[in-house]
Amino acid sequence: MNQTAFLNLVLPFKDKLYRLAKRLLVSNEEAEDATQEILLKLWSNKTKIGSYKNVEAFAMTMTKNYCFDRLKSKQAQNLRIVHSNYKDESIELQKKIEHQDSLDWVGKLMQQLPSQQRMIMQLRDIEQYEFSDIAKVLEMKETAVRVNLSRARKTIREQLIKKHNYGIK
Amino acid sequence: MELNNIEKLIEKYLEAETSIEEEKELRSYFSSPNVAPHLKQYKYLFQYFTIAKNETSNKSVTLKTRKINFKWLTVAASFILAIGFYTFSEVKNNNQEKEALQAYFQTKEALQLLSSNFNTGTEKMLYLNKFDNTKNQIFKTNH
Repeated sequence: MNQTAFLNLVLPFKDKLYRLAKRLLVSNEEAEDATQEILLKLWSNKTKIGSYKNVEAFAMTMTKNYCFDRLKSKQAQNLRIVHSNYKDESIELQKKIEHQDSLDWVGKLMQQLPSQQRMIMQLRDIEQYEFSDIAKVLEMKETAVRVNLSRARKTIREQLIKKHNYGIK
Repeated sequence: MELNNIEKLIEKYLEAETSIEEEKELRSYFSSPNVAPHLKQYKYLFQYFTIAKNETSNKSVTLKTRKINFKWLTVAASFILAIGFYTFSEVKNNNQEKEALQAYFQTKEALQLLSSNFNTGTEKMLYLNKFDNTKNQIFKTNH
């Protein structure tokens, strides 16, 4: 397999790896490093790629494991990955800011979920994976995936309602 | 889209029983401008999902680094090997010289020892000559 063939295989799901990594690691830079690392690992094992049934699912699992390793090592060092993705919001209208704020809020709510629920929500609600694929990626049972997803969605909904009704009720 | 239907879908959605298709329906409903006011909180949720899906990594993939490393590795390895051979042969040459010198000194010493022993032998021979002379004198006088 040469480089272009590899890239053609890998690029369609590269951003999915990135988004999953970002969901877990929060920081843009960390997520980019993780993506790069995973793709390099795949590239160095390119002779085996043919034997994987589903390269995308395999890569997603690798990303998950890699991110957990990263988080573990950061915790061991008593460090927390600091999230500081600055944005220029100077020209935005008040309404747009409020809107954006509410959307960011959803992201923050997701961040508060346990990492497993967060990953399931990422894979299902954002990447729109089938339950069987999620089960494969996360090495879980399908029923467990559903239960966790339901819990995550309900938690988010309650938080959103709380936020929405703040000051009214 | 019927509101009743959407409410049912949301119930199913919360129980994680919706299919991908049904979730797409929900998404498209909440991305439209006329969302029922009592469902407004879901709007942010589904809009967030749509936006989050469009997030991309800006960094391009680089795969070449390892190849270059490998190339330089071979160069470095051959260089080290060359130096290794050179120093090894140097050391060997030195050793041979030393050995030869040592052997030379040893033989020299041995020869010196031999010659000195030989010399003491000839000194003793001088006594023998004296003895011979005196013997001759005695025999001459007797004749």
